[in-house]
Amino acid sequence: MFEIIDARWLAADVKRFEILAPRIAVKQQPGQFVIVRVHDHGERIPLTIAGSDPTSGTITLVVQGIGKTTRLLNSLEAGQAVLDVVGPLGNPSEIRKFGTVVVIGGGVGTAIAWPTARALHEAGNRVLSILGARTRSLIILEDELRAVSDTLFVTTDDGSYGQQGFVTTKLQELIDTEERLDHVLAIGPIPMMRSVADVTRPHGIPTTVSLNSIMVDGTGMCGGCRVLVGNQARFACVDGPEFDASEVDFDVLAQRNAMYRSAEQDALKRFEQSPARDLDRVEHACQLAARHPEVNP
Amino acid sequence: MTNSLPPKDRVKIPRQEMPTEPPEVRQHDFHEVNLGLTTIQAHAEAARCLECRNPQCVSGCPVGVKIKEFVALVHDGDYLGAAAKIREDNVLPAVTGRVCPQEDQCEGACILGTRFSALGIGYLERFVADYERTSGKIGLPKRAPSTGQRVAIIGSGPAGLSAAGDLVTKGHDVVVFEALHEPGGVLIYGIPEFRLPKEIVRQEIDNLRAMGISFETNVVIGKTYTIDELLGEEGFDAVFIATGAGLPKFLGVPGEHLAGVYSANEFLTRVNLMHANQFPDYDEPVYDCRERVVAVVGAGNTAMDAVRTARRLGASKAMLLYRRSEAEMPARQEEIHHAREEGIEFVTLTAPLEFLGDEKGRLRAARCQRMELGEPDASGRRSPRPIPDSEYEIELDMAIIALGTGANPLVQRATPNLATNERGYIVADAETLETSRPGVFAGGDIVTGGATVILAMGAGRQAAGAIDAYLKSHPPRQDSPAS
Repeated sequence: MFEIIDARWLAADVKRFEILAPRIAVKQQPGQFVIVRVHDHGERIPLTIAGSDPTSGTITLVVQGIGKTTRLLNSLEAGQAVLDVVGPLGNPSEIRKFGTVVVIGGGVGTAIAWPTARALHEAGNRVLSILGARTRSLIILEDELRAVSDTLFVTTDDGSYGQQGFVTTKLQELIDTEERLDHVLAIGPIPMMRSVADVTRPHGIPTTVSLNSIMVDGTGMCGGCRVLVGNQARFACVDGPEFDASEVDFDVLAQRNAMYRSAEQDALKRFEQSPARDLDRVEHACQLAARHPEVNP
Repeated sequence: MTNSLPPKDRVKIPRQEMPTEPPEVRQHDFHEVNLGLTTIQAHAEAARCLECRNPQCVSGCPVGVKIKEFVALVHDGDYLGAAAKIREDNVLPAVTGRVCPQEDQCEGACILGTRFSALGIGYLERFVADYERTSGKIGLPKRAPSTGQRVAIIGSGPAGLSAAGDLVTKGHDVVVFEALHEPGGVLIYGIPEFRLPKEIVRQEIDNLRAMGISFETNVVIGKTYTIDELLGEEGFDAVFIATGAGLPKFLGVPGEHLAGVYSANEFLTRVNLMHANQFPDYDEPVYDCRERVVAVVGAGNTAMDAVRTARRLGASKAMLLYRRSEAEMPARQEEIHHAREEGIEFVTLTAPLEFLGDEKGRLRAARCQRMELGEPDASGRRSPRPIPDSEYEIELDMAIIALGTGANPLVQRATPNLATNERGYIVADAETLETSRPGVFAGGDIVTGGATVILAMGAGRQAAGAIDAYLKSHPPRQDSPAS
């Protein structure tokens, strides 16, 4: 059982959690993820870790409520708990002195890009960050990302905040105006990462993306998270989650991520019609874990 | 009471047939197929044992169960005594009585089998284990006084559980680490309910808890802790790596990334561990098999498990694609027989060359090639070779690749100076199972590659013996938290 120490909304449907997981908090490095199962009937979902505090033993997760499990998670508050958290999984981001680095966060991807941006900044890189969202209310972690960037740019699709346009509009400007860009990190929705790869590929700028494919165990055992990179099947859980953007087949990623769409919509509809059953299961799991600590140490 | 029948009469008793759920019923549900011998059957079966002075069956058993003794106890009606006798050598009798390939092991060595039918040792083992379980009087082995020494076991599958049982009996403190949220390894995520009910696995694990073993779920060694941390600040004196079957193998043909193509590991894990067959009551989904055509590539026990699971999920057509002929299939005869009874189609001498998808990236067909058999290969089986110009398409909604597994790299990557072979498996001494790192032992599939539950359990016992000897020659550490 993993207690939620703090929970607060960052934007509509986006919530930030501090979860007590001392072992993971000590080990976590930027770019790694955990697998979470909310209750005993729950699915296992991967969530990239947005940071940790080894002293208090907490990890930070930023969750966008899209499907049933993420909406259920986002209905939880401090004092409640999730049943299973395992990690830190996956390979850490490559952190070294590249020179000038562009860090691009799209939507909730910003939460994942933020710790890597901080580590890159601490490693002595000049960090130019681009934070993009559809509209102003969906911009998250702006101050946090600004604090670890030399310059922060904001773009919104509708122009309600920052520069109107996509993150790639700004990225293209930087390519045109900067003397050189040594590395680009882009984390966000698949179409955004694909567009970033298309923009940097002709210029040969090394570009990394973090892939959010569907996983079950997260340890290489099932192979469900396989993606095509350079036309080779790679497992996002043990070979990634970060890959060379210029080689990723984003179509295959999008198609595989859509594999369970109708089941996901069905599950979400049922949850929204009657959330009580799942909330009971969360409570039940917490009580059971409190009574029998050995069930889930 | 001893068996007073003379041997010439014992051999006249027919081998008892395992009662089964009718195929027309069971192919629609996940209830166990084999129902277990009745008491009368068990008694009759036990009476068949010739009580050889030098029982070959025992040497055929990877964990050395005292078969002659336990069968005699069954014949005497002392079922709890029989169960306790098995438990001296085997911590999971209800499991192995169901999933062991007895025909290749104890029963394969049974002298009755040369002229008659081998003794039903597996059936009897299952009978006593089930009797014991339902009696609520489980005779667990006594624990030796505490040595104060601590052993970390990585993985809670058959190798880890077997080692844990032996080590805790010898008085060591044992913690078993499991990466998933539930202990049991392949017994939980891999073998389906209809062959091994999960309730039985859970009870066996509860028995091990009652013996004093601790289980820690949600811990991935190599990630959450390293082996160096276990031997250092976590205060363990020895480590046994039993991480089991690793990364699923794929064919390496075009189109394997299509939605609808699974590894058997993923498909079975979704159904067995995550209960995807009970979606939406459980949240984890699996591709909807209802009224669909499903093909499983391979012909081992895992392939049989996968294709029979697809059938139960409602596949209108569930088939195996296998590049050799039925004679070469590695699966147990019983599994092949049950699969056929359930209407599984066997498409042999056929190899997929490519998976074909629709415009949305979903599987729609497999392009296959017909094969013929040539000379025997290194495995002794006749090797398949393609027939020229024999390509054809099979329309499919779902394909499941069941070709075995390769080595999982997580522990090896995080453990400096741990020797591995060219295929990534951990190198362990044949006798002691010690690795290149002192105090670190390894056994089961992570050393041998994919094998059986009972071979992994044999490795677990072997490692436990060697670890016990190692701990005796390395007295408890002063700083050990347990001392």
